[in-house]
Amino acid sequence: MNTFKIGGVHPEPNKLTADKKIETLALPQQAVFPLSQHIGAPAVPCVQKGDTVRVGTRIAEPGGFMSASIHSSVSGKVAKIDTIVDASGLRKPAIFIDVEGDEWEPSIDRSEKLVLQCTKSREEIIECIKNAGIVGMGGACFPTHVKLCPPKECTIDTLIINAVECEPYLTADHRLMLEHPDEIIIGIKVILKVLGIDRAVIGVEANKPDAIELLKSKTSMVSGIEVMPLQMKYPQGGEKQLIEAVTGRQVPPPPALPANVGCVVQNVGTVFAIYEAVMKNKPLFERIVTVTGKSVKKPCNLKVRMGTPVSQLLEYAGGMPEDTGKLISGGPMMGRPLLDETAPVVKGTSGVLLIPEKDAARREERNCIRCAKCVQACPMGLEPYLLATASENSDWECAEENWIMSCIECGCCQSTCPSRRPLLDWVRLAKNRVGGIIRARNAKK
Amino acid sequence: MTFILTAVLVLGVTGLVLGLVLYAVSRKFKVEEDPRVGQITELLPGANCGGCGFPGCAAFAAACVKADSMEGLKCSACKSEVMQQIAAITGHAVEVGVEKIAVVRCNGSCQNRPRPRTYDGAKSCAVAAMMNGGETGCFFGCLGCGDCVKACKFDAIHMDPETGLPVVDQDKCTACGACAKACPRNIIELRNKNKLDRRVYVSCVNQDKGPVAKKACDVACIGCGKCVKACPFEAITLENNLAYIDFEKCRLCRKCVDECPQHSIMAVNFPPKKVVEEQPQVQEPAQPQVQETESNENN
Repeated sequence: MNTFKIGGVHPEPNKLTADKKIETLALPQQAVFPLSQHIGAPAVPCVQKGDTVRVGTRIAEPGGFMSASIHSSVSGKVAKIDTIVDASGLRKPAIFIDVEGDEWEPSIDRSEKLVLQCTKSREEIIECIKNAGIVGMGGACFPTHVKLCPPKECTIDTLIINAVECEPYLTADHRLMLEHPDEIIIGIKVILKVLGIDRAVIGVEANKPDAIELLKSKTSMVSGIEVMPLQMKYPQGGEKQLIEAVTGRQVPPPPALPANVGCVVQNVGTVFAIYEAVMKNKPLFERIVTVTGKSVKKPCNLKVRMGTPVSQLLEYAGGMPEDTGKLISGGPMMGRPLLDETAPVVKGTSGVLLIPEKDAARREERNCIRCAKCVQACPMGLEPYLLATASENSDWECAEENWIMSCIECGCCQSTCPSRRPLLDWVRLAKNRVGGIIRARNAKK
Repeated sequence: MTFILTAVLVLGVTGLVLGLVLYAVSRKFKVEEDPRVGQITELLPGANCGGCGFPGCAAFAAACVKADSMEGLKCSACKSEVMQQIAAITGHAVEVGVEKIAVVRCNGSCQNRPRPRTYDGAKSCAVAAMMNGGETGCFFGCLGCGDCVKACKFDAIHMDPETGLPVVDQDKCTACGACAKACPRNIIELRNKNKLDRRVYVSCVNQDKGPVAKKACDVACIGCGKCVKACPFEAITLENNLAYIDFEKCRLCRKCVDECPQHSIMAVNFPPKKVVEEQPQVQEPAQPQVQETESNENN
């Protein structure tokens, strides 16, 4: 079985919810939509206080080329446009909508019936995806319409579907594959049409044999789509790692893109959203969220309307245990701690993870013993100890020279460090600063 | 015996020849340096704090010698006498500037604000500010990881373990501004040192609306504007729900201190106010302020 070559770690999978069917969560009383749920410019609200909206009504327009529109997931009245503390811990502007009933936009096809044939042209599909506000559902939230228009000088030959889900605990993609395989395959065909190619590879880690089996049987009659089981290793779901695992090609350091090696990678959740947008005319306002953790009474996979407060998900899963030390949005490796449970579910919320107090606290930091475990673990071939020290000393030049911008923030270094050094914290800081310096330099040019 | 003699002779002659070569080379390639650069460098504190805008003390000294006037050249860590000595060496006149000191404008100590969460990431304010805002519920206040302490080259700022806030040592602070630059929340400001180190300032930078600010911290400025009305010298301005005392205009009358309902205005190094017994109603609100002043004096 294939996998990527450099680095990687093997965290405990802890897929507690792998056999739990997707359940639909009830509507919230008030839904909150932060305006920056994606990478790039925040969206600009196109509704005002007091406006009535329906499910699927666009409430914010893209704020630039690299941006995405936001749609209401509920029907009701816009209560206010104010700020809210989102998963990043910072205060961001958001639209608050008081829920009244559940009235959908009439243009959305709500039937369960599969739509097999896509009659739209390439441009129409891209426009459709853009209008539906679709972003990468794996967590990075990169606007999908941008990703589907690779630079002209690159020839794309392979579409890779990221169904790896290498983060421990999370099973949202796994369940989606088991319950909606046909939709996913139609979605892949749509993307192949957009890219004008005929080869797609679905990369799935070997710990999901049922999904591999199902997708293999469904794709056996379809030419061009291949299901590739991959060896289990974190962070295989990283775009560059997956490309290497599937095709053996290595993406050069930034600013090179996956398109430079002829690949486009899409998350399986994104593919499903594309199917719904193109075939059912349904914008992105729902997603599957795994609510999990060893202390959770009823771990589950939920279909949640965006904007629902995390507290409602926790309530459904049996409430928040008293000994909870950390509430994380996403998985244990790359997720971000939530400051309070009123934060809303956004496009990138793949899971909500509760960690008991005894496991949550980081242990005391010691000096670096130069064991180079972090170097061994880094899937990008970087030297995390060096980058962290450079960051600690505010030596941004050194950090840049040592390819800090290649870091994918997977957290392998920090999880292997025997001295429990907060390597990733420092690397994130340096990445943030160096990114700013590079942007300023480019702006000067 | 001859062996020893030969060794001594050979080594001695080699040493002599090489010495002569070195002497010749050093004469030939001698770099003429203005002796004044060395003199000025010796006067400077040598901490290379960068407060002057040059990479280090030697670079600043070289710039002083090169410049036509001392305008714009000021070692922020030097006292005005030292600057005058430097001016005497370069032969230019120097303006005597007002002495400044770093002031921490946050009073969000453990007693004054709730600690809604714990932060166990890297011990750095910059990281905490970037990640999720550390242990404080205030989006503007001190994060308490001590980036300012690390930045100080003069050992003039320390964390008070009891309050969790940095405290400036007013004897050691040279107002180089390194701490102010290091603070990701821009709490530290360089303010005039004034006579007897007396200062009046708003010890808060929270720009939230009143109720939100009050929830985050007991001593947050809520932007009520009472101090603005109380100030007879128009030194206080209110912007973004936050009062600011202009230290150029402030005459240290302390009228605003008594007026502030949140006790967020600090008056440091003043003698305790005399208690006037005939007017108990007026005296009562002033009482806690007096105590605060005293405790600040100790800092």
